[in-house]
Amino acid sequence: MTQVDVSLSGSMRMPGHALPEETSTLERDSLSTREERHLLTRLRAGDEAAFASLVDRHHSSLLRLAMAHVSDRSVAEEVVQETWIGVLEGLDRFEGRSSLKTWIYRILTNKAKTRGVRESRHTTFSSLGSADEEGDEPAVDPSQFRTSGHWADYWSSYPEPWDEATPEKLLLSKEGAGYLEQAIEALPLNLRQVLIMRDIEGLESKEVCDMLGVSEGNQRVLLHRARSRVRRALEQYLEGGRKPA
Amino acid sequence: MTREEIKIYVFDYLAGRMTCKDFVEVITDYLDGTMPFFRRVRFHLHLGMCLGCRIYLRQMRQTIQTLGRLPEQPPPPQVRDELLQRFKTWKPR
Repeated sequence: MTQVDVSLSGSMRMPGHALPEETSTLERDSLSTREERHLLTRLRAGDEAAFASLVDRHHSSLLRLAMAHVSDRSVAEEVVQETWIGVLEGLDRFEGRSSLKTWIYRILTNKAKTRGVRESRHTTFSSLGSADEEGDEPAVDPSQFRTSGHWADYWSSYPEPWDEATPEKLLLSKEGAGYLEQAIEALPLNLRQVLIMRDIEGLESKEVCDMLGVSEGNQRVLLHRARSRVRRALEQYLEGGRKPA
Repeated sequence: MTREEIKIYVFDYLAGRMTCKDFVEVITDYLDGTMPFFRRVRFHLHLGMCLGCRIYLRQMRQTIQTLGRLPEQPPPPQVRDELLQRFKTWKPR
Protein backbone atom coordinates (compact mmCIF):
# COMPACT_ATOMS: atom_id res chain seq x y z
CA MET A 1 0.00 0.00 0.00
CA THR A 2 1.12 3.52 -0.67
CA GLN A 3 2.65 5.19 2.33
CA VAL A 4 1.73 8.78 2.80
CA ASP A 5 3.98 11.21 4.57
CA VAL A 6 1.59 13.34 6.49
CA SER A 7 2.48 16.57 8.19
CA LEU A 8 0.10 19.01 9.74
CA SER A 9 1.52 22.00 7.94
CA GLY A 10 -0.83 21.25 5.11
CA SER A 11 1.67 19.80 2.68
CA MET A 12 1.64 16.17 1.74
CA ARG A 13 3.79 14.15 -0.51
CA MET A 14 3.36 10.78 -2.11
CA PRO A 15 6.57 8.82 -2.66
CA GLY A 16 7.86 8.44 -6.18
CA HIS A 17 6.12 11.57 -7.18
CA ALA A 18 8.20 14.15 -8.97
CA LEU A 19 5.63 16.83 -9.67
CA PRO A 20 5.35 20.01 -7.64
CA GLU A 21 2.61 19.49 -5.10
CA GLU A 22 1.87 22.95 -3.78
CA THR A 23 -0.90 23.41 -6.27
CA SER A 24 -2.88 25.93 -4.31
CA THR A 25 -0.16 28.49 -4.83
CA LEU A 26 1.06 27.19 -8.13
CA GLU A 27 1.42 30.08 -10.50
CA ARG A 28 1.91 29.30 -14.09
CA ASP A 29 5.17 30.74 -15.41
CA SER A 30 4.85 33.43 -12.84
CA LEU A 31 7.60 35.99 -12.82
CA SER A 32 9.70 36.89 -9.84
CA THR A 33 9.38 40.42 -8.57
CA ARG A 34 12.71 41.29 -10.09
CA GLU A 35 11.85 39.83 -13.47
CA GLU A 36 8.58 41.66 -13.38
CA ARG A 37 10.19 44.99 -12.58
CA HIS A 38 12.57 44.37 -15.45
CA LEU A 39 9.67 43.60 -17.80
CA LEU A 40 7.87 46.72 -16.66
CA THR A 41 10.91 48.88 -17.33
CA ARG A 42 11.21 47.44 -20.80
CA LEU A 43 7.52 47.99 -21.49
CA ARG A 44 7.68 51.58 -20.36
CA ALA A 45 10.73 52.12 -22.51
CA GLY A 46 8.64 51.00 -25.47
CA ASP A 47 10.32 47.62 -25.97
CA GLU A 48 8.16 45.90 -28.56
CA ALA A 49 9.50 42.42 -27.89
CA ALA A 50 8.53 42.79 -24.24
CA PHE A 51 4.99 43.72 -25.18
CA ALA A 52 4.79 40.89 -27.73
CA SER A 53 5.82 38.35 -25.12
CA LEU A 54 3.25 39.74 -22.70
CA VAL A 55 0.54 39.41 -25.32
CA ASP A 56 1.63 35.90 -26.29
CA ARG A 57 1.70 34.79 -22.69
CA HIS A 58 -1.71 36.10 -21.68
CA HIS A 59 -3.90 36.52 -24.71
CA SER A 60 -5.51 33.08 -24.85
CA SER A 61 -6.12 33.05 -21.10
CA LEU A 62 -7.69 36.47 -21.24
CA LEU A 63 -9.96 35.32 -24.02
CA ARG A 64 -10.92 32.23 -22.05
CA LEU A 65 -11.79 34.34 -19.06
CA ALA A 66 -13.66 36.92 -21.13
CA MET A 67 -15.76 34.08 -22.54
CA ALA A 68 -16.73 33.20 -19.00
CA HIS A 69 -18.24 36.66 -18.62
CA VAL A 70 -19.84 37.51 -21.93
CA SER A 71 -20.27 34.14 -23.68
CA ASP A 72 -20.42 35.62 -27.18
CA ARG A 73 -17.03 35.01 -28.74
CA SER A 74 -16.79 38.15 -30.82
CA VAL A 75 -17.76 40.28 -27.83
CA ALA A 76 -15.17 38.44 -25.74
CA GLU A 77 -12.51 39.21 -28.36
CA GLU A 78 -13.43 42.88 -28.18
CA VAL A 79 -13.19 42.80 -24.42
CA VAL A 80 -9.68 41.39 -24.66
CA GLN A 81 -8.72 44.12 -27.16
CA GLU A 82 -10.11 46.74 -24.80
CA THR A 83 -8.14 45.14 -22.00
CA TRP A 84 -4.85 45.51 -23.86
CA ILE A 85 -5.69 49.11 -24.60
CA GLY A 86 -6.48 49.58 -20.93
CA VAL A 87 -3.12 48.03 -20.09
CA LEU A 88 -1.33 50.51 -22.32
CA GLU A 89 -3.27 53.42 -20.90
CA GLY A 90 -2.52 52.41 -17.35
CA LEU A 91 1.04 51.21 -17.73
CA ASP A 92 2.58 54.50 -16.65
CA ARG A 93 0.42 54.65 -13.56
CA PHE A 94 0.78 51.00 -12.57
CA GLU A 95 2.48 51.00 -9.18
CA GLY A 96 3.24 47.33 -8.82
CA ARG A 97 1.16 46.85 -5.70
CA SER A 98 -0.21 43.69 -7.23
CA SER A 99 1.52 41.52 -9.79
CA LEU A 100 1.32 42.63 -13.39
CA LYS A 101 -0.76 39.57 -14.17
CA THR A 102 -3.28 40.31 -11.44
CA TRP A 103 -3.52 43.89 -12.62
CA ILE A 104 -4.22 42.80 -16.21
CA TYR A 105 -6.86 40.34 -15.03
CA ARG A 106 -8.51 43.03 -12.98
CA ILE A 107 -8.74 45.27 -16.01
CA LEU A 108 -10.25 42.45 -18.01
CA THR A 109 -12.75 41.58 -15.32
CA ASN A 110 -13.92 45.17 -15.06
CA LYS A 111 -14.27 45.55 -18.82
CA ALA A 112 -16.01 42.20 -19.11
CA LYS A 113 -18.42 43.00 -16.29
CA THR A 114 -19.35 46.32 -17.83
CA ARG A 115 -19.85 44.57 -21.13
CA GLY A 116 -21.81 41.75 -19.55
CA VAL A 117 -24.20 44.20 -17.92
CA ARG A 118 -24.63 46.12 -21.14
CA GLU A 119 -25.19 42.93 -23.11
CA SER A 120 -27.73 41.59 -20.70
CA ARG A 121 -29.68 44.83 -20.94
CA HIS A 122 -29.73 44.93 -24.69
CA THR A 123 -29.79 41.29 -25.64
CA THR A 124 -31.23 38.08 -24.35
CA PHE A 125 -28.31 37.20 -22.08
CA SER A 126 -30.40 37.73 -18.99
CA SER A 127 -29.28 34.45 -17.48
CA LEU A 128 -25.64 35.44 -17.62
CA GLY A 129 -24.81 36.44 -14.11
CA SER A 130 -27.40 34.25 -12.51
CA ALA A 131 -26.33 32.00 -9.70
CA ASP A 132 -27.63 28.94 -11.45
CA GLU A 133 -25.51 26.61 -9.37
CA GLU A 134 -26.54 27.52 -5.87
CA GLY A 135 -27.98 24.13 -5.00
CA ASP A 136 -25.94 21.42 -3.38
CA GLU A 137 -24.01 19.35 -5.83
CA PRO A 138 -22.03 16.37 -4.61
CA ALA A 139 -18.39 16.22 -5.72
CA VAL A 140 -18.73 12.51 -6.38
CA ASP A 141 -21.67 10.57 -7.75
CA PRO A 142 -23.41 9.20 -4.62
CA SER A 143 -23.66 5.78 -6.25
CA GLN A 144 -19.93 5.37 -5.65
CA PHE A 145 -20.52 5.20 -1.91
CA ARG A 146 -22.07 2.44 0.12
CA THR A 147 -25.58 3.15 1.19
CA SER A 148 -26.13 1.21 4.39
CA GLY A 149 -24.56 -0.23 7.47
CA HIS A 150 -21.68 1.18 9.47
CA TRP A 151 -19.79 1.84 6.22
CA ALA A 152 -22.49 3.92 4.65
CA ASP A 153 -20.90 6.88 2.82
CA TYR A 154 -17.57 5.09 2.46
CA TRP A 155 -16.38 4.09 -1.01
CA SER A 156 -18.17 1.08 -2.40
CA SER A 157 -15.24 0.67 -4.76
CA TYR A 158 -12.10 2.78 -4.84
CA PRO A 159 -11.48 5.19 -7.70
CA GLU A 160 -8.98 3.95 -10.29
CA PRO A 161 -5.59 5.58 -9.73
CA TRP A 162 -4.46 7.65 -12.69
CA ASP A 163 -1.17 7.40 -14.46
CA GLU A 164 1.59 9.15 -12.49
CA ALA A 165 2.37 11.37 -15.45
CA THR A 166 -1.21 12.47 -15.99
CA PRO A 167 -0.82 16.19 -16.53
CA GLU A 168 2.03 15.80 -19.01
CA LYS A 169 0.63 12.86 -20.92
CA LEU A 170 -2.86 14.24 -21.14
CA LEU A 171 -1.76 17.63 -22.34
CA LEU A 172 0.76 16.25 -24.82
CA SER A 173 -1.98 14.89 -27.01
CA LYS A 174 -4.04 17.45 -28.86
CA GLU A 175 -7.09 15.35 -28.16
CA GLY A 176 -6.46 15.39 -24.42
CA ALA A 177 -5.90 19.13 -24.22
CA GLY A 178 -8.96 19.73 -26.38
CA TYR A 179 -11.02 17.48 -24.16
CA LEU A 180 -9.98 19.44 -21.10
CA GLU A 181 -10.82 22.75 -22.79
CA GLN A 182 -14.26 21.37 -23.58
CA ALA A 183 -14.76 20.26 -20.02
CA ILE A 184 -13.94 23.79 -18.87
CA GLU A 185 -16.25 25.37 -21.41
CA ALA A 186 -19.05 23.10 -20.26
CA LEU A 187 -18.92 24.63 -16.77
CA PRO A 188 -21.53 27.21 -15.77
CA LEU A 189 -20.13 30.74 -16.00
CA ASN A 190 -19.61 31.40 -12.31
CA LEU A 191 -17.78 28.12 -11.80
CA ARG A 192 -15.69 28.76 -14.89
CA GLN A 193 -14.64 32.25 -13.81
CA VAL A 194 -13.33 31.04 -10.48
CA LEU A 195 -11.63 27.97 -11.94
CA ILE A 196 -9.85 29.96 -14.64
CA MET A 197 -8.55 32.57 -12.25
CA ARG A 198 -7.54 30.22 -9.47
CA ASP A 199 -6.35 27.03 -11.15
CA ILE A 200 -5.46 28.02 -14.68
CA GLU A 201 -3.99 31.44 -13.90
CA GLY A 202 -2.95 30.75 -10.34
CA LEU A 203 -4.29 33.98 -8.86
CA GLU A 204 -4.65 34.26 -5.10
CA SER A 205 -7.99 33.56 -3.50
CA LYS A 206 -8.27 37.11 -2.11
CA GLU A 207 -7.62 38.68 -5.49
CA VAL A 208 -10.28 36.56 -7.11
CA CYS A 209 -12.83 37.43 -4.42
CA ASP A 210 -12.10 41.13 -4.90
CA MET A 211 -12.52 40.94 -8.64
CA LEU A 212 -15.70 38.91 -8.62
CA GLY A 213 -17.20 40.45 -5.52
CA VAL A 214 -17.83 37.14 -3.77
CA SER A 215 -16.96 36.02 -0.27
CA GLU A 216 -14.01 33.69 0.25
CA GLY A 217 -16.32 30.95 1.42
CA ASN A 218 -18.55 31.28 -1.60
CA GLN A 219 -15.55 31.36 -3.88
CA ARG A 220 -14.25 28.13 -2.39
CA VAL A 221 -17.57 26.41 -2.88
CA LEU A 222 -17.58 27.44 -6.53
CA LEU A 223 -13.96 26.41 -6.99
CA HIS A 224 -14.53 23.05 -5.37
CA ARG A 225 -17.55 22.35 -7.52
CA ALA A 226 -15.68 23.34 -10.66
CA ARG A 227 -12.64 21.22 -9.79
CA SER A 228 -14.81 18.25 -8.92
CA ARG A 229 -16.60 18.48 -12.25
CA VAL A 230 -13.37 18.70 -14.17
CA ARG A 231 -11.99 15.74 -12.23
CA ARG A 232 -15.06 13.72 -13.17
CA ALA A 233 -14.62 14.69 -16.79
CA LEU A 234 -10.96 13.67 -16.76
CA GLU A 235 -11.90 10.41 -15.06
CA GLN A 236 -14.33 9.63 -17.84
CA TYR A 237 -11.71 10.46 -20.40
CA LEU A 238 -8.93 8.47 -18.76
CA GLU A 239 -11.09 5.47 -18.00
CA GLY A 240 -12.98 5.51 -21.24
CA GLY A 241 -10.19 3.56 -22.90
CA ARG A 242 -9.14 6.77 -24.60
CA LYS A 243 -6.00 7.11 -22.56
CA PRO A 244 -3.73 9.80 -23.91
CA ALA A 245 -0.80 8.25 -25.76
CA MET B 1 -13.77 -6.74 8.62
CA THR B 2 -10.51 -5.90 6.98
CA ARG B 3 -7.64 -4.27 8.88
CA GLU B 4 -8.42 -0.97 7.13
CA GLU B 5 -11.97 -1.10 8.38
CA ILE B 6 -10.96 -1.81 11.93
CA LYS B 7 -8.65 1.20 11.91
CA ILE B 8 -11.39 3.45 10.56
CA TYR B 9 -13.73 2.14 13.22
CA VAL B 10 -11.26 3.01 15.97
CA PHE B 11 -10.53 6.50 14.67
CA ASP B 12 -14.19 7.27 14.17
CA TYR B 13 -14.64 6.38 17.79
CA LEU B 14 -11.70 8.50 18.98
CA ALA B 15 -11.84 11.54 16.75
CA GLY B 16 -15.35 11.83 15.39
CA ARG B 17 -16.62 10.51 12.12
CA MET B 18 -15.41 11.65 8.74
CA THR B 19 -16.75 9.54 5.92
CA CYS B 20 -15.34 9.35 2.41
CA LYS B 21 -18.37 11.31 1.27
CA ASP B 22 -17.42 14.08 3.75
CA PHE B 23 -13.77 13.86 2.75
CA VAL B 24 -14.28 14.54 -0.95
CA GLU B 25 -16.23 17.70 -0.13
CA VAL B 26 -13.56 19.38 1.97
CA ILE B 27 -10.52 18.92 -0.25
CA THR B 28 -10.50 22.52 -1.49
CA ASP B 29 -10.76 23.80 2.10
CA TYR B 30 -7.80 21.59 2.89
CA LEU B 31 -5.70 22.68 -0.09
CA ASP B 32 -6.50 26.35 0.55
CA GLY B 33 -5.33 25.95 4.13
CA THR B 34 -8.62 27.17 5.57
CA MET B 35 -9.43 24.07 7.54
CA PRO B 36 -9.63 24.48 11.32
CA PHE B 37 -6.97 22.58 13.23
CA PHE B 38 -9.02 19.67 14.57
CA ARG B 39 -10.79 19.21 11.30
CA ARG B 40 -7.41 19.03 9.62
CA VAL B 41 -6.24 16.39 12.07
CA ARG B 42 -9.36 14.39 11.30
CA PHE B 43 -8.74 14.86 7.59
CA HIS B 44 -5.20 13.52 7.91
CA LEU B 45 -6.35 10.56 9.97
CA HIS B 46 -8.88 9.63 7.35
CA LEU B 47 -6.33 10.12 4.62
CA GLY B 48 -3.84 7.88 6.37
CA MET B 49 -6.32 5.06 6.61
CA CYS B 50 -8.32 5.24 3.44
CA LEU B 51 -6.72 4.17 0.20
CA GLY B 52 -9.75 5.29 -1.82
CA CYS B 53 -9.47 8.84 -0.50
CA ARG B 54 -5.72 8.90 -1.07
CA ILE B 55 -6.35 8.00 -4.68
CA TYR B 56 -9.10 10.61 -4.88
CA LEU B 57 -7.03 13.41 -3.36
CA ARG B 58 -4.22 12.51 -5.74
CA GLN B 59 -6.66 12.79 -8.67
CA MET B 60 -7.79 16.20 -7.48
CA ARG B 61 -4.19 17.36 -7.30
CA GLN B 62 -3.54 15.96 -10.75
CA THR B 63 -6.62 17.76 -12.04
CA ILE B 64 -5.39 21.07 -10.62
CA GLN B 65 -1.89 20.51 -11.99
CA THR B 66 -3.30 19.72 -15.39
CA LEU B 67 -5.35 22.91 -15.37
CA GLY B 68 -2.27 24.91 -14.41
CA ARG B 69 -0.38 23.59 -17.39
CA LEU B 70 -2.86 24.13 -20.15
CA PRO B 71 -0.81 25.35 -23.09
CA GLU B 72 -1.07 29.01 -24.06
CA GLN B 73 -1.91 29.79 -27.61
CA PRO B 74 -0.54 32.94 -29.19
CA PRO B 75 -3.21 35.22 -30.63
CA PRO B 76 -4.05 35.07 -34.34
CA PRO B 77 -1.41 36.97 -36.37
CA GLN B 78 -3.64 39.88 -37.38
CA VAL B 79 -4.75 40.49 -33.79
CA ARG B 80 -1.16 40.30 -32.63
CA ASP B 81 -0.01 42.74 -35.35
CA GLU B 82 -2.76 45.16 -34.52
CA LEU B 83 -1.83 45.15 -30.83
CA LEU B 84 1.86 45.62 -31.62
CA GLN B 85 0.94 48.48 -33.93
CA ARG B 86 -0.98 50.08 -31.13
CA PHE B 87 1.96 49.63 -28.82
CA LYS B 88 4.20 51.43 -31.30
CA THR B 89 1.95 54.47 -31.38
CA TRP B 90 1.72 54.43 -27.57
CA LYS B 91 5.45 54.12 -27.16
CA PRO B 92 6.94 57.58 -27.65
CA ARG B 93 6.73 59.18 -24.25
